[in-house]
Amino acid sequence: MKPFELSTAAIDPQAMRSYFADPHSGAYASFEGWVRDHNEGRRVLRLEYEAYAPLAIAEGTRILEEARTRFAVTKLACVHRVGSLAIGDVAVWVGAGAAHRDAAFAACRYVIDEVKARVPIWKKEHYTDGSSGWVGCEACGTHEHGAHADHAHAHQRKSGAR
Amino acid sequence: MNRIRVEYFALLRERAGVNEETIETNAQTPAQLYTELVERHGFDIERTRLKVAINAQFGDWSAPLRNGDEVVFIPPVAGG
Repeated sequence: MKPFELSTAAIDPQAMRSYFADPHSGAYASFEGWVRDHNEGRRVLRLEYEAYAPLAIAEGTRILEEARTRFAVTKLACVHRVGSLAIGDVAVWVGAGAAHRDAAFAACRYVIDEVKARVPIWKKEHYTDGSSGWVGCEACGTHEHGAHADHAHAHQRKSGAR
Repeated sequence: MNRIRVEYFALLRERAGVNEETIETNAQTPAQLYTELVERHGFDIERTRLKVAINAQFGDWSAPLRNGDEVVFIPPVAGG
């Protein structure tokens, strides 16, 4: 497997785990991000993830390389879903194998935090009330018009975030 | 005049109504190109909220654009 991948298919954490079996590893830590049914007080029906693939893979791979230089890991990988996801689906998976647990935990944490902050992947939430919105971009449209009026609620809630 | 291919994602894709387009432009930099596209599409996202990528690498708003470049304006990301 490649260290950083975008996947249109469901992520199988058990299958991912088997890749990390390694006689040099005394520790394995993983992180799974799941689709939950609420965000910012709104009930979420489903999500869509969209990525700018060439840059997402390049930046994700760069993050894994950074983690490798910072932490003594033996194996490290990350898979992020794209496409339409349902509640409970695995949206992102990070795995880290290391001789000792500290490096495995720290690398896992570093990768998920940096992926969320830097990799060009976008998440659109569809709500039970029929509206939808791009997460993190609620206040992007400062001059709301017509079809996008549903962003106005999020704008008010997040007005301090700018 | 340069021919620049622009690809759109997320909110910008929805606002533009297309996934990508090729623009004939006198814009010398991504900053100037974005200003032009704000006029063209009525984008209401301030440039300060965006990053820019040129040929699939993060780039500077003031970098010189060349004929055939591919530019992506990157709204706030939300992976994970």
